[in-house]
Amino acid sequence: MNRYFWILGAFAALVLLLAVGLGLNPRDVPSPLVGKPAPAFNLNVLATPDKALGPKDMQGKVWLLNVWASWCVSCRAEHPVLVEFSKKVDVPLIGLNYKEVRGDGGFDMGKMAADEEKKLAFQRANKWLADHGDPYKLTVMDLDGRVGIDYGVYGVPETYVIDKAGVIRMKHTGPITPDILGKKIMPLLAELNK
Amino acid sequence: MTWRAIILALFFASFFTSTATFASATTEAALAVDPVAEKRLQKLSEELRCLVCQNQTIADSNAELAQDLRREVRAMIKDGKTDKEIVDFMVVRYGDFVLYRPPVKGITLLLWGGPIALMLLGLFVLQRYLRRRSTRINAEDQPLSAEESSRADTLLKELNPK
Repeated sequence: MNRYFWILGAFAALVLLLAVGLGLNPRDVPSPLVGKPAPAFNLNVLATPDKALGPKDMQGKVWLLNVWASWCVSCRAEHPVLVEFSKKVDVPLIGLNYKEVRGDGGFDMGKMAADEEKKLAFQRANKWLADHGDPYKLTVMDLDGRVGIDYGVYGVPETYVIDKAGVIRMKHTGPITPDILGKKIMPLLAELNK
Repeated sequence: MTWRAIILALFFASFFTSTATFASATTEAALAVDPVAEKRLQKLSEELRCLVCQNQTIADSNAELAQDLRREVRAMIKDGKTDKEIVDFMVVRYGDFVLYRPPVKGITLLLWGGPIALMLLGLFVLQRYLRRRSTRINAEDQPLSAEESSRADTLLKELNPK
């Protein structure tokens, strides 16, 4: 009898372990960038392609960096939340358009010239924002995803909260839901803007 | 017999699929000229996890991100960076998770020590069981007492009376 008790106990422990494991989100990889300065970049602005923007220009402000692309399906899901946010909250939201053309998967990049890719990327990004609304103060274009690598982007959409000193305070991977916005991002913004 | 055959078949199947992915990654890498650099790229890529398809290395994965990361590794090799510098570059951006062999430290102690602890526990239980069993068998193996042997004699006589 005692022996069966042990076997049952071990089995229950295993079930518990697996249940907890299944409940975890494997995409929720803790970012080592939280608490570190936002990696520098200087990328062309979507609305004014002859101008560039980087984290340096945002010094002294609390701001959000949202990684998006028109081919990204989850971005479409989070977009209304961002549009709502930009109407209500006075915190600059900067878009980082990630591999607009290359990430799509529908183009043969070996055959596309750099300026052709650039033209197409700007066109597509502009159209997407015109169709779905533009919550961004500005969007910068990361055509080859090089800046994305610096920010440890691996699943678009991703959102970073950056403080006045230019330090990343939070990273969220995946679409922002009203719940995450209300419970995690808004309180953090309020605290940082105090 | 059949089980053994099935296991063997599975083993060989997995072996061949892994060599197949290896081959496709090498074909892509063959674009570069320097074989030494390519060997380093291959070795480093097998140490790094692709964060999109999390159970593949960036050598095995054909995800966009894996291709980008291979490109980064190749560029860094070209720039004369050491293996450690390249791995650190990845860890700074993606965390220890990007390493297929995470470093031993507080948070990964259970990961590294867990299997050994489980094996020790198993050995302990096995040893205890075997010891108990042998004492039980020894106990049963005692020569018959006088009373028992006389009873056995009577029983045997009852069975085949001469």
